[in-house]
Amino acid sequence: MAKSHSTVLAHHFDSIEQQREASSLGMWIFLVTEIMFFGGLFTGYVVYRTIYPGVFAEGSHHLDITLGGINTVVLITSSLTMALAVRSAQMSNRKSLVIFLILTILLGLTFLGIKLVEYGHKFRDHLVPGFGFSYPGPEAGHVELFFVFYFFMTGLHALHMVAGVGVLTILLILAGRGLFSAEYYTPVELAGLYWHFVDIIWIFLFPLLYLIGLHLKGS
Amino acid sequence: MIVDRVEPRENYLNADYGIKSWLLTTDHKRIALLYLVSVTLFFFVGGVFAVLIRLELLTPQGDLVQAETYNKLFTMHGVTMIFFFLIPAIPAVLGNFLVPLMIGARDLAFPRLNLASWYFFILGGLIAIWAILAGGVDTGWTFYTPYSSSYSTTYVAVTILGIFLSGFSSIFTGLNFIVTIHRMRAPGLTWFRLPLFIWSLYATSVIIVLGTPVVAITLLLVAVERILRVGIFDPALGGDPLLFQHLFWFYSHPAVYIMVLPAMGVISELVATFSRKNIFGYRFVAFASVAIAVLGFLVWAHHMFVAGLSVYGAMIFSFLSYFVAVPSAIKVFNWTATLYKGSISYQTPMLYAFGFIGLFTIGGVTGLFLASLGIDVHVTDTYFVVAHFHYIMVGGTIMAYLGGLHYWWPKISGRMYPEGWAKLGALVIFIGFNLTFFPQFVLGYLGMPRRYYAYPDEFQVLNVMSSAGASILGVGYLLPMIYLIWSMRYGPRASSNPWPATGLEWRTPSPPPTENFKETPVVTWEPYEFRPREEMEVIGKLNINDESG
Ligand code: HEM
Ligand SMILES: [Cu+2]
Repeated sequence: MAKSHSTVLAHHFDSIEQQREASSLGMWIFLVTEIMFFGGLFTGYVVYRTIYPGVFAEGSHHLDITLGGINTVVLITSSLTMALAVRSAQMSNRKSLVIFLILTILLGLTFLGIKLVEYGHKFRDHLVPGFGFSYPGPEAGHVELFFVFYFFMTGLHALHMVAGVGVLTILLILAGRGLFSAEYYTPVELAGLYWHFVDIIWIFLFPLLYLIGLHLKGS
Repeated sequence: MIVDRVEPRENYLNADYGIKSWLLTTDHKRIALLYLVSVTLFFFVGGVFAVLIRLELLTPQGDLVQAETYNKLFTMHGVTMIFFFLIPAIPAVLGNFLVPLMIGARDLAFPRLNLASWYFFILGGLIAIWAILAGGVDTGWTFYTPYSSSYSTTYVAVTILGIFLSGFSSIFTGLNFIVTIHRMRAPGLTWFRLPLFIWSLYATSVIIVLGTPVVAITLLLVAVERILRVGIFDPALGGDPLLFQHLFWFYSHPAVYIMVLPAMGVISELVATFSRKNIFGYRFVAFASVAIAVLGFLVWAHHMFVAGLSVYGAMIFSFLSYFVAVPSAIKVFNWTATLYKGSISYQTPMLYAFGFIGLFTIGGVTGLFLASLGIDVHVTDTYFVVAHFHYIMVGGTIMAYLGGLHYWWPKISGRMYPEGWAKLGALVIFIGFNLTFFPQFVLGYLGMPRRYYAYPDEFQVLNVMSSAGASILGVGYLLPMIYLIWSMRYGPRASSNPWPATGLEWRTPSPPPTENFKETPVVTWEPYEFRPREEMEVIGKLNINDESG
């Protein structure tokens, strides 16, 4: 039994290679469960959007496309800095790894900040379901349904961002201590996968929620 | 059976002492025991509700409890049994213990995640119990909307939180199994050399990973609708109740296979060992597990024939439902073919396996009745359905669980159980089971609806039979609990391979050391290759190890 003396090798694995493969397969399966998780929501959304296309478009008009658009750009940029962070780890470049991790975290926080501003606007306009929701017009119930999905989906997405920022902060501390190198960068790589996944969810959410009303003139 | 005396040596049970060494363990074998204790407790809780239900149904009038209480009883019975006993029982107890041992690994791929899964399970279970103590739930284990989301005044959201958390525990276990089976097999252990139990757990894990998140999000939406009073599934508020049923059954039909596939895996092991033959059509049985996992996702709407599905939709789902019976039938056929001309020994685990095959066949055939549209419309929501799913789940899954527990007990505890008592227990359970649930087929066929606390007088005889059977069944379940605990202390010590079986788990001492194998085994033989002389040599060698270790 070839047991390496490396400190990062857990006792029940035979080699770093095996450990790396196991972690990355685990991450992919975790992402599959995430897809199914969001998939249930997307299904519900699509069903109601098909039943009430006009109302959903109307609800969509009340979202701030500018802020949503800025956030999309912010998130795509963060995907780039994350990819660069992984690359820095692979090249054993500790300094640039730290810099790119910090940039990614900052971009993530920016996204969350803008999201919070948006939520604040909705609160002010009484568009938060369950918290004094009020909407003039005959279809108020269905507009509320739209906002249920809006808050549930973007809220869940934001929660994933918060978790991601937390993970990246831990990685940042470990990176500062010099844990990662070309020999061992699995955690950075896996966090990267997760981050990209969360970004991709947003890439679906943005058109579904913000843009569906563009071509339909709501009343 | 070879029983030998060995000196005390270090194993996973005595490697470390104290409650902390158990609660913080990352050893898959110890976590399996944590699960064993906890699912047994939940089984007991669910059983108490079953007793109360059967007591109420002893007489035609509702004289023991009121309708609302009865609704809570069958709901909490169903919730506890399904989510906190049947789903975790075989994977989390036997699977956790055996997956690494059977594939020659030192542990599961993510030991800490495994421990976390137990904590999620316990947390979810405690929350569910809290809901029960606070006043219970009355929606039925299916939580149909809009009743559950808008009208019920009971502890729906709390119960849902409990189930939600325990769902994460299954997801963690499933993820761990898939990665472990993919990446940590011993050298030479190719996919087609894997024990069939491993194949079945692999397929089960795939279902868990794909299905559980969907039911988790669905139940979460019900809770949101309840708490915020917004319309998602309640038609009065603009929602769609059928959407709930689609999402719910997308998980919950496959969930019946989460319960029964691992059971089938156990049966394959038992049948091979106690007839001393390779499983007839090994590859067919392995692929049948995968086929069940795939097809299981295509038939959910057969639970919705009377819920307002379009006629064409119903016909398609009826047709597809017949398909999913095919892989199950393949398995039954192959077990029977394996038994044919095998040298069968009628030891306790084998008795359970026979029980499984018989009861599962009855349950499965009545499932075909239910899958055919016309009959389903007649018997839906009657005791016919209750009998059907108890034959599958109690007759199938629990028989296999107990069979497996007896079969691997020497490995788990290092001790043999008293064979005479064990045989008696198996017999009592079999008799009690049939007396309890067979009359329910008749009741359902005659038109007794389920979920009512009172019934017309003419149904009383059959109901009394059923309640009498339930008390016998209860005694049957207590027996193993008593003598297994007894055997932990007083049973004769078990050798490493008491049956003699072929799997890797039998090539390490009983109970195994913490690291499972002193040396990573190298597999050069096919699965279930029974070659008596070589086997004895292997066992002989291991015994020498036992004493020197
Ligand atoms: C020990 C003897 C048992 C008896 C006497 C018993 C009795 C019953 C009865 C009478 C019902 C029907 C309630 C109704 O629909 O009106 C029921 C429902 C149910 N039982 Fe059992 N049961 C037993 C064991 C089990 C076990 C061991 C499990 C699972 C491990 C189980 C799972 C269920 C489920 C899931 C339901 C459906 C609950 C619902 O309709 O919401 N039962 N049981
Ligand atoms: Cu089904």
